[in-house]
Amino acid sequence: MMASERAIGIDTSAGEKKKNPLHGIDQPVIELLDVTKSFGTVKALGPINLAIANATFVSIVGPSGCGKSTLLRLIGGLDRPTIGRLERYGAEIDGPSRDVSIVFQDHVLFPWASVLDNVMLPADVISLPRAQALERARWLLELTGLKDFADHKPHMLSGGMKQRAAFCRALLSDPQILLLDEPFGALDALTREELSLELSRLWQSLARTAILITHDIDEAILLGDRLIVMSERPGAILLDMEVDLPRPRDIDTEKSQRFLEIKQMARNLIFMRRQA
Amino acid sequence: MSRATTPLVYVVLVLLWETSVRYLHVPTWILPPPSLIVTTAMNWAPDLAYNSWITIEETVIGFILGLILSLPLAIAIAFTVVLRRILYPILLALQSVPKVALAPLVILWLGIGTAPKIVIVVLVSFFPILVNVVAGLEAVPRPMLDLMHSLKAPEPVIFRRLRVPFAMPYLFTGCKIAITFAVIGAVIGEFVAAQEGLGYTILISTAQSLTPLAFAAIFLLTIISIVFFYIIEFVERRLVTWHL
Repeated sequence: MMASERAIGIDTSAGEKKKNPLHGIDQPVIELLDVTKSFGTVKALGPINLAIANATFVSIVGPSGCGKSTLLRLIGGLDRPTIGRLERYGAEIDGPSRDVSIVFQDHVLFPWASVLDNVMLPADVISLPRAQALERARWLLELTGLKDFADHKPHMLSGGMKQRAAFCRALLSDPQILLLDEPFGALDALTREELSLELSRLWQSLARTAILITHDIDEAILLGDRLIVMSERPGAILLDMEVDLPRPRDIDTEKSQRFLEIKQMARNLIFMRRQA
Repeated sequence: MSRATTPLVYVVLVLLWETSVRYLHVPTWILPPPSLIVTTAMNWAPDLAYNSWITIEETVIGFILGLILSLPLAIAIAFTVVLRRILYPILLALQSVPKVALAPLVILWLGIGTAPKIVIVVLVSFFPILVNVVAGLEAVPRPMLDLMHSLKAPEPVIFRRLRVPFAMPYLFTGCKIAITFAVIGAVIGEFVAAQEGLGYTILISTAQSLTPLAFAAIFLLTIISIVFFYIIEFVERRLVTWHL
């Protein structure tokens, strides 16, 4: 049942994977250089300097309205920065890439399509080999416990199941980079915890780069190798630290001394800043 | 409230109508009792059936033409700024003109055959479809578009896989409004100049004090309108099986 047992890769390299040949293995996957984003006269974000290493799970936590979703849209190529430069594999980001998948806050499943068809959407859009994609879709659905719901319409699923389906869709093309925009934001506390631990296990077996945006400090620490705390608008980086908690992580991780220390540090920083 | 309540209320109302008209000695050429309407309708059945068929024909042909005409226009308006700026005001002006006022002109240009009635039906039915389809194509939620963009989906794919299915409920809403308008449009056309159709039947029968026949024609028009409405709703239930 675990991902490592039977990973079905889909070769997308023929299509697009324009990795810079000069780009070394130790160089950052994503790099932000003095990135600023303004909407009209309102400065929403920046300046931000950030380098993200391969196969790291980066959690970005910040108060609502701090521009963290804007940051993710920039990294995903859905928006362009006002000032500064973003690079993916050493090349400027000039739009979305098939190496990058985004999981949105609201599952964004198409209500008229079955769960399986929703998961297959990327394959249809970017014309992946269908048989291979279908096999991978079924495997992902099995992995996330949705096998028996493949033919159901999204409205028949619970919130947690919908978000699981959204994860399957994002993972269908086997992306190098996974962008998670408050993926558990619309879920209840219990489902949130369950799903984030599930994601933690899944991610560990996939060994991909992931960037998680959240306003939940616990979630950020629980999932991340690296924790970035952002300030209120215009969003800037307040804290950037390694989360040196052992993996695999579980419910008990949240009770450990180190977890609480990191959490306290992050909270103090956000809180002090507000008082100032 | 049991399921029988609604029909029961209708039966009581009809009985009330029947008894009060008889009891108050209302002349039948002003307000006939329901029983007389039914017997008159049966006496005139072949005639009513023929005229119903004429009106149905005009309604259906006009509605389908309106649908065929409005879909490409809606797409053009939703996707091109220039066409939107040029076409929308013209269409809006056309919509603002009372169709009853246009009917005599259409008859003047096209004669008294079936063609002018169909044109009037097209005029009244295509606008509600157009407006709703434009709204549907534009109402696609931002996150869904973001998803498609993040997959680098080309615009034709976004159109086919996202905008069209998303606009389907809007299309059906437009069609349901349009079909009731279409029946009215056909009757307006027949009022102005016709030798057949239920509108013509109403006109002639009232002129000859055959009020029960006029009532029968009116009831038939109502039934036609309702049946069309439910046919569209039935198709909608078959095609749009999703909820947001």
